[in-house]
Amino acid sequence: MTGRATIPATAVPQRKRRPWTSWISDGLVACARGLVFCGLTLAGAAALLGPAALALAALGLLHLGDAGSVTPPAPGTRGQHDVLWLGLAVLLVPCSVAGLRWVTGKTGTSAGVVPLVPPALALVAVLINHGTITGGRTYLCLALAGLMIPCGVLATRWLAGQTRRLAGPWCGVPIAVPYRPAPGERTSLWRWIGWLPADPATWRDLMWTAVNATGGCLLVAALAELGDKLLHASTGWIGLAAVPGLALTALGLWAGPRLLPAYGRFARSMLGPNMQAELALRVHHLAQTRSATLDAGAAQMRRIERDLHDGAQARLVAMGMTLDAAEELVETSPQAARALLAEARDSSIKALAELRDLVRGIHPPMLADRGLVDAVHGLALDLPLRIHLAAELPGRPPAPVESAAYFAVSELLANVSKHAHADTVWIDIGHTAQTLRISITDNGSGGADPAHGTGLRGLEQRLAAFDGILALSSPPGGPTMVNLEIPCALSSPKTSSC
Amino acid sequence: MRVVIAEDLFLLRDGLTRLLRAHGVKVTAAVDNGPDLLAAVAADRPDIAIVDVRLPPTFTDEGLRAALKARRETPRLPVLVLSQYVEPLYARELLADSTGGIGYLLKDRVLRSAPFIDALRRVADGGTAMDPEVITRLLTHNSSNTALAALSPREREVLALMAEGRSNTAIAQHMVITERAVAKHTTSIFHKLDLQPSDDNNRRVLAVLAYLNH
Repeated sequence: MTGRATIPATAVPQRKRRPWTSWISDGLVACARGLVFCGLTLAGAAALLGPAALALAALGLLHLGDAGSVTPPAPGTRGQHDVLWLGLAVLLVPCSVAGLRWVTGKTGTSAGVVPLVPPALALVAVLINHGTITGGRTYLCLALAGLMIPCGVLATRWLAGQTRRLAGPWCGVPIAVPYRPAPGERTSLWRWIGWLPADPATWRDLMWTAVNATGGCLLVAALAELGDKLLHASTGWIGLAAVPGLALTALGLWAGPRLLPAYGRFARSMLGPNMQAELALRVHHLAQTRSATLDAGAAQMRRIERDLHDGAQARLVAMGMTLDAAEELVETSPQAARALLAEARDSSIKALAELRDLVRGIHPPMLADRGLVDAVHGLALDLPLRIHLAAELPGRPPAPVESAAYFAVSELLANVSKHAHADTVWIDIGHTAQTLRISITDNGSGGADPAHGTGLRGLEQRLAAFDGILALSSPPGGPTMVNLEIPCALSSPKTSSC
Repeated sequence: MRVVIAEDLFLLRDGLTRLLRAHGVKVTAAVDNGPDLLAAVAADRPDIAIVDVRLPPTFTDEGLRAALKARRETPRLPVLVLSQYVEPLYARELLADSTGGIGYLLKDRVLRSAPFIDALRRVADGGTAMDPEVITRLLTHNSSNTALAALSPREREVLALMAEGRSNTAIAQHMVITERAVAKHTTSIFHKLDLQPSDDNNRRVLAVLAYLNH
């Protein structure tokens, strides 16, 4: 709270002293960003118009510009057109594959631009040739236009993604990603093919691109018309154009920073997840975490059963047999009976030790007795690390959260002592804004990667069951910092009866 | 020797009572909760109280807290805390007043009656009895400590036995070496760990435990 209170107090005088140059630079930056959005808009238009223009041209419905003045294609051009079609067809394959690889998350973000290439090329080709381009190959062109549609869809998805990504930092309007998760690796081809069209967000992307591109094209056309008018009006005296031109520039610099947030909100209204999409995402998340939780529970049951069966149970059987033998021998050979009794006792001690370890793995006594902070403290005492524990929990989290948090910390500390080559660990436990927050920092060698080994992934999954998150920062050379956050309420502190 | 027992499980309470009687120890009261323990300690003035960590109503660390409270009400009351599991943190809390007369053992140790009675007498005399598992865990925790790493394997063994609360004589018997050899080892340990040497057996143990349990 105090931080919030002090920021405006220092920021206000600064704003008063802001020089006019920063006003201009802000305007220029905003205009540049606006141009980038314009570029994305025009690219979206190309992605949509490319296949459409090709299809219309193939059907002979497209007569652009002064069609009458265009000379009919010379006899040699048919061959040239065939080369063009062949090139486009050949280009379609790798571009589609690259687009699919991008959309399933196999390549980086920038690879998503590739599917934009065929529609854009087709559009350019059609425009250059004033719509008469088919050279008589109507069906071939229609087929090409049809095959180009997936590329166009992928391209609009990429462009919508870029708009979402940039809207946060540039317009101050962060937009969440509304897509349904991709089907898993081992699903049928039909589910893969049906996945994109079945996602309403895909159609909303297309709609956004259409609306945005129409608006963008109209705006560009209007500006071009205005500029043209101004130039014509001032043919006599160039200075006459400068006055409205300067005024327009000033207007642009002033309006740019103000228009960007508006554009961001407009984009969010169409590109952000709607209620339905949000619910769908939530349902997916819950289904996934539920199944992971059930799996983990079943696995733990199996482990406990196996441990009991192979450990304590077997030892008790052996003990019974040893005692039986001792009973037989007690008359004839008391010395041997005594040895057997000692063996039975040792067996019972070992069974107890195994049961103790088992209990520790199910629900550590320290956690039950004292709660999270002391249990973590106890954990720290068992490890060969210097541990600085700073904890402030006014109450106890619900038992399942407490247990999940404890085992998460336990696993992370075990990782530190095994892999990090660290000798000191700082643990911070706190509860703010209805969230249990734990941070673990070590002075080790860093370079921890969740992609290698299943430990961190499994941890993440188990925390996800509580809507908890795990954030890892581990640059090579260290330090490694892990933050856990689990939303939960705290119960009032336990009252002592003694 | 007169003993008060606080243990909520009837079978264990009964077994413990019988075991102690068999070794000539008088059990003045056997209770099953914390408040009754405090009342029995106040009424009977026993030589030692044997307390289970988990007692009703919460079945958490009720017994530990009752034991600490009993020691506050009756200073220097020897207390032997028994538990299904041992925690170095609880050991630290029990040792916090560093006056001795503290035992903290796994319940398993009762199964070997001779060493158990031995530990009981030691605590009743104001000594210390720490469970070997506590010591093992403390040594693991300190394994990156350079001073400890400088100890020879033999010295580490002596250190562990000493931390459990055993006297030089007991250590010598356990390791099958002479008492002089044990004394040599302990002197060396105290020198290497930079601890103040002390002739008083119990103060020596507490110093070692405090060092490990920092």
